[in-house]
Amino acid sequence: MSISKFKFDKRIVLSFWILLIALIIAAPSLLPVFRLNLLGRYLSLSIVALGVDLIWGYTGLLSLGQGIFFALGGYCAAMYLQITSSSEFPNNIPEFFALYGVEKLPFFWEPFKSPVFTFFAIWIIPALVAGLIGFLVFRNRIKGVYFSILTQASLLVFFNFFNGQQKLINGTNGLKTDVTQLFGQMVGSESMQRIFFWITAILVIAAWFFAKWVVRGRFGNILIGIRDDEPRVRFTGYNPVIFKTIVFSIAGGLAGISGALYTVQSGIVSPQFMTVPFSIEMVIWVAVGGRGTLLGAILGAVFINYAKSLVSEALPASWMFIQGGLFILVVTALPEGVLGWIQGDGPRNLLQRFGLKRKIETYPSLEVNNKEGDNE
Amino acid sequence: MNNKDLLNLIDITVSFEGFLALNKLNLNLKKGELRAVIGPNGAGKTTFLDVITGKVKPTKGEVIFKGKSLVGRKEHKIARLGVGRKFQSPRIFENLTVQENLEISVSTPKSPLNLINKNIKDEQLNEIERLMKIVNLAQKVDSKAGSLSHGQKQWLEIAMLVGQKPDLMLVDEPVAGLTDEETDLTADLLKSLSGENTVVVIDHDMEFIRRLDSNVSVLNQGTVLCEGTMETIQKDQKVIDVYLGRPED
Repeated sequence: MSISKFKFDKRIVLSFWILLIALIIAAPSLLPVFRLNLLGRYLSLSIVALGVDLIWGYTGLLSLGQGIFFALGGYCAAMYLQITSSSEFPNNIPEFFALYGVEKLPFFWEPFKSPVFTFFAIWIIPALVAGLIGFLVFRNRIKGVYFSILTQASLLVFFNFFNGQQKLINGTNGLKTDVTQLFGQMVGSESMQRIFFWITAILVIAAWFFAKWVVRGRFGNILIGIRDDEPRVRFTGYNPVIFKTIVFSIAGGLAGISGALYTVQSGIVSPQFMTVPFSIEMVIWVAVGGRGTLLGAILGAVFINYAKSLVSEALPASWMFIQGGLFILVVTALPEGVLGWIQGDGPRNLLQRFGLKRKIETYPSLEVNNKEGDNE
Repeated sequence: MNNKDLLNLIDITVSFEGFLALNKLNLNLKKGELRAVIGPNGAGKTTFLDVITGKVKPTKGEVIFKGKSLVGRKEHKIARLGVGRKFQSPRIFENLTVQENLEISVSTPKSPLNLINKNIKDEQLNEIERLMKIVNLAQKVDSKAGSLSHGQKQWLEIAMLVGQKPDLMLVDEPVAGLTDEETDLTADLLKSLSGENTVVVIDHDMEFIRRLDSNVSVLNQGTVLCEGTMETIQKDQKVIDVYLGRPED
């Protein structure tokens, strides 16, 4: 089984790469800027989905709070853009402060004057916050559904905090980025958006390679081991707390990058990034694309979101039903997700059902074992 | 207690909300010894392993392993000190291949940095090859562990246990669900492991225990009822009462 499956995987991966690279090269000239910008946003969402796949698909940690880290990354990017573009406003601080009578920049905005600091903050701050939350939760051996509830509760705490802090970060209105300047150009301008699209495309590929590297060898196997039988991992001499903290922190960092890219392409970051449904959607992308496949996370995020925008344009208000239906379909019919189904024997079984393909005489695993010269 | 002892359990009491799973249990193991532990259901056999491996903290008493106290240490720390455990039903990583399962067991150091950065060492690969030959899984290297037969899973777990190079191996019902032939092979395997390693085997199967030809401790109601060779044990009146049934009252 391993040999034939390996080839099959390779074919999928190769065709995906060709498709992706062709898409990325062709997109800016084929798509109108509006569509290109949407594609860029959805590609940036695929980075947070990769993180969800690492923690959920591989390690079995179902986090419903990835929106926290996504929003943190977005806020870091937006704060930098707001400060650098605030020279013409009173007190040289972002415009919204005047609305609330704030005259002095809050202290935590200061470091965001530096582009270098911001560059690192976008992924390190979410990673640290995730690492801290993760460590406390994992150390106390909270797992399964309790972990999910805890992450969702944290999400609500962050949402309410950000929503209420007008004087610090403009509260519920969020921070706009499209009218800010970056390197002398308007962030919302067409040329900038094109550049952001390229950056996003490259970072998606880089994030995929990184995630692949994380799960490649023994480290990835330990993650799978933790998912399937954590006490066994412990009795083998590994400390699952450290492994889980690391991978949760990695997912947090990826979410931060994703959030920053999404913010600059959608023109605003607001507490809406930390709503409960949005974080659940992230899980749905991965579930539909295929848990534990990485590629499935990317495809799920891009295709579901593109479908969402197309459906919403044609039939407003129907998307939630379709998305819910999709999730139910996946849970009941394709528990491995679309990519997992393709990688397994899904297509062959379907063809057989319609009599289009010869049935295998025995279980596939038996046939292959015989070929391997089993001596049982 | 003396210097040659690898493990001393001193007056171990484990109370689960008033129920005494272990009651002042004392047990000493010499280095290189093979010891069988038997006892009726609920005698505390598995709790006894849980206490040594750190899964359950004793209410009272002390566990001394290689001169160090194990009480209060985390499971993974105890495992690193050299206590390996095989579970009752085979606990292997079914979604990983046989090779990957064994890689997890032989890899040292067990830090994330080592695992993510470096490739497995050549001597560890050789060790895996050796283990696979011992347990007859050489042809299954790349098969998913979940596709193995029950007996092969039991053996894979034993191989993983050996791969950890523990000083003390705790083996819980290794022959449950095995054929007679597999049972005999397992007994021989465990016997060959003792001497270099210290092995504790827990089981119900009398034939299997007899074949181990080792000292036997009989547990009953959380305490050691009697210790000795199979012959002595079988003549002991208390053991006969517990095992062969008391007159019903």
